[in-house]
Amino acid sequence: MDEPIRVLVAKPGLDGHDRGAKVVAAALRDAGMEVIYGGLHQTPDAIVQMAVQEDVDVVGLSVLSGAHMTLFPKVKELLDAAGAESVLLTGGGIISGDDMSKLEAVGVGQLFGPGARLADLVEYIEAEVARRRTTSRSA
Amino acid sequence: MRTVDPAAGGKPVSRSAKFVSWQEAFGAAKQREAPFESVSCEPVQALVTHEDVADLDVENDIGLPGQFPFTRGPYASMYRTRLWTMRQFAGFGSAKDTNERYKFLLERGQDGLSVAFDLPTLMGYDADHAHSLGEVGRCGVAISSLKDMETLFNGIPLGEVTTSMTINSPAAIIWAMYLVTAQKQGWKLDQLGGTTQNDILKEYIAQKEYIFPPEPSMRLVVDTMEFAAKEVPRWHPVSISGYHIREAGSTAVQELAFTLADGFAYVEACLERGMDIDSFAPRLSHFFNSHVDFFEEIAKFRAARRIYARRMRDKYGAKKERSMTLRFHTQTAGCSLTAQQPYNNVVRTTWEALAGVLGGTQSLHTNSMDETYALPTEKAVKLALRTQQLIAYESGVANTIDPLAGSWFVEDLTNKMERGAEEIFAQIDEMGGVVAAIEKSWFQREIARSSYQFQREVESGRQVIVGVNHHVEDGAEDEKIELLEISLETEKQQIADLHKVKAERSQAKVEQALDRIRADAKGGVNLMPAFMQASDAYATLGEMTDVLREEFGTYRETPTF
Repeated sequence: MDEPIRVLVAKPGLDGHDRGAKVVAAALRDAGMEVIYGGLHQTPDAIVQMAVQEDVDVVGLSVLSGAHMTLFPKVKELLDAAGAESVLLTGGGIISGDDMSKLEAVGVGQLFGPGARLADLVEYIEAEVARRRTTSRSA
Repeated sequence: MRTVDPAAGGKPVSRSAKFVSWQEAFGAAKQREAPFESVSCEPVQALVTHEDVADLDVENDIGLPGQFPFTRGPYASMYRTRLWTMRQFAGFGSAKDTNERYKFLLERGQDGLSVAFDLPTLMGYDADHAHSLGEVGRCGVAISSLKDMETLFNGIPLGEVTTSMTINSPAAIIWAMYLVTAQKQGWKLDQLGGTTQNDILKEYIAQKEYIFPPEPSMRLVVDTMEFAAKEVPRWHPVSISGYHIREAGSTAVQELAFTLADGFAYVEACLERGMDIDSFAPRLSHFFNSHVDFFEEIAKFRAARRIYARRMRDKYGAKKERSMTLRFHTQTAGCSLTAQQPYNNVVRTTWEALAGVLGGTQSLHTNSMDETYALPTEKAVKLALRTQQLIAYESGVANTIDPLAGSWFVEDLTNKMERGAEEIFAQIDEMGGVVAAIEKSWFQREIARSSYQFQREVESGRQVIVGVNHHVEDGAEDEKIELLEISLETEKQQIADLHKVKAERSQAKVEQALDRIRADAKGGVNLMPAFMQASDAYATLGEMTDVLREEFGTYRETPTF
């Protein structure tokens, strides 16, 4: 049996709307994952520090303010710089399909917009983390 | 034959033989596959009869509009004298962009203004602050100094229109900028009408736009209430809000109880400062959500008025009728709208608005159908405004006052709402009051629990959301709609303009004004005059807020889910 998946759920930037982040955190916890809820108003630096300290498999960001094209790439950049390239960066919020594609192109994982099912989110994280763990073992 | 029916909301009700007969026929009939619950996950009774409300005191519980306990409305003549104010929340990009949008809306029949600020402004940061990167003008208009406020209302006579400003932690500062702008237009303070949201307690609970800790934040709120009572008597210094609590995922009765509890906490704070209740209570206002469950919302609004009147008179000793009447603004529920099949949102917003009107709202904002994607386009917001106008002029509901009074179902639901709220008040009291409950993260956990329960019900299909878990269409069939885009140029321009303001002002006047803020903050002096002096000197929002950050400290919540 694999080690439980560790996830950091956090909100970068100034947006304080945390309903989605908290619902996701609860769902991941109920799916057997270890969830660290990083809270609000975090800088990308603080998020990456927490991610490294907590040795997470996944960082999930929630951004509803429209600032996602600045915040997601910044967090990805800092994760890579900290040697945490294999950490899955996912999340959700108010992000257009076009922007999701642009973010995927810079290494962000699948993102989940309004109406997304929690079950799909859980399934995605489980599958993707398993894949990354297999890859890193065979590397 | 009379039997006692414990199934009716838990209290025993006397039932006639005919009712028992109906019950048998109903029980024998096939039921649809549905939970028959409201959106707050409350079971809804299949049938309510006069028997369910047999102990209703028509004279004292329902009464007449404009008479205690104001269940039927705060005014005797309601919409027969004046329709609700059509007040669309708006703001994006620069002050110039938003000024154009205000003129667009006023030209199309809106009769009150409502300002949406961007996140940096809401959090007391100037456009050039590190935390503002990527956020300027995205969720609302960027206001960094008096110059922006002047541009925002350019060509709009502030003595002739009322303006609501959705601003909380830095509300006193932003209000000061507004007041100085109006003075520069030539108006006197006592000619100005409007509202500042300025409801800091619900920030800790739901909207999370807090800066300072609760105690100094309450001091700022009381400063504004004191200043309004003396100098700006037509102003509503606080809009005690439930909208955000509901958007964060609370149930209807939680929204009702948490909101009223917050309001009572402000009342108590003012009384503690030695203010007379009748000097400030008439200018308190409220702000509720109007969500999808039509009757639950109408009952909520009516219960709110009744609960408020009774408490203000009987607990807080209000003597003036105006101190006992709850008056509110309504916004239709943003969280009920879907990204999937966005035209459905026009329909949802319509009946949510209708519920607000049937609930007797004084002012109304209707959401635009594209707001699950972005701030509204002109086309979308025009349709949202027309929705109100259609209800006002064509539906007929505004021709008569509180038409649902006497409906056994609605009166029973109104009673249930009131009982539910009282239970919650008792829980809050047990914890030592609102601020104590906030510090225990009680509200936050209650809301998180309700929102998770709701989401699980959506996932299981119990709560149906058309287009999301029912009648789902694949992406290709969903119509692509045009969206408002905020360019990154806005941020660059705002920063450039800010630097120009700073270069052209008298730095000495600014320093002097900031020193006064510091002294008054320390000395417990009402800060409004100092904020107005600083605004006039073109001190920036960030500069003024930073002084307060140093004096009051900043708040960090304990993250819980």
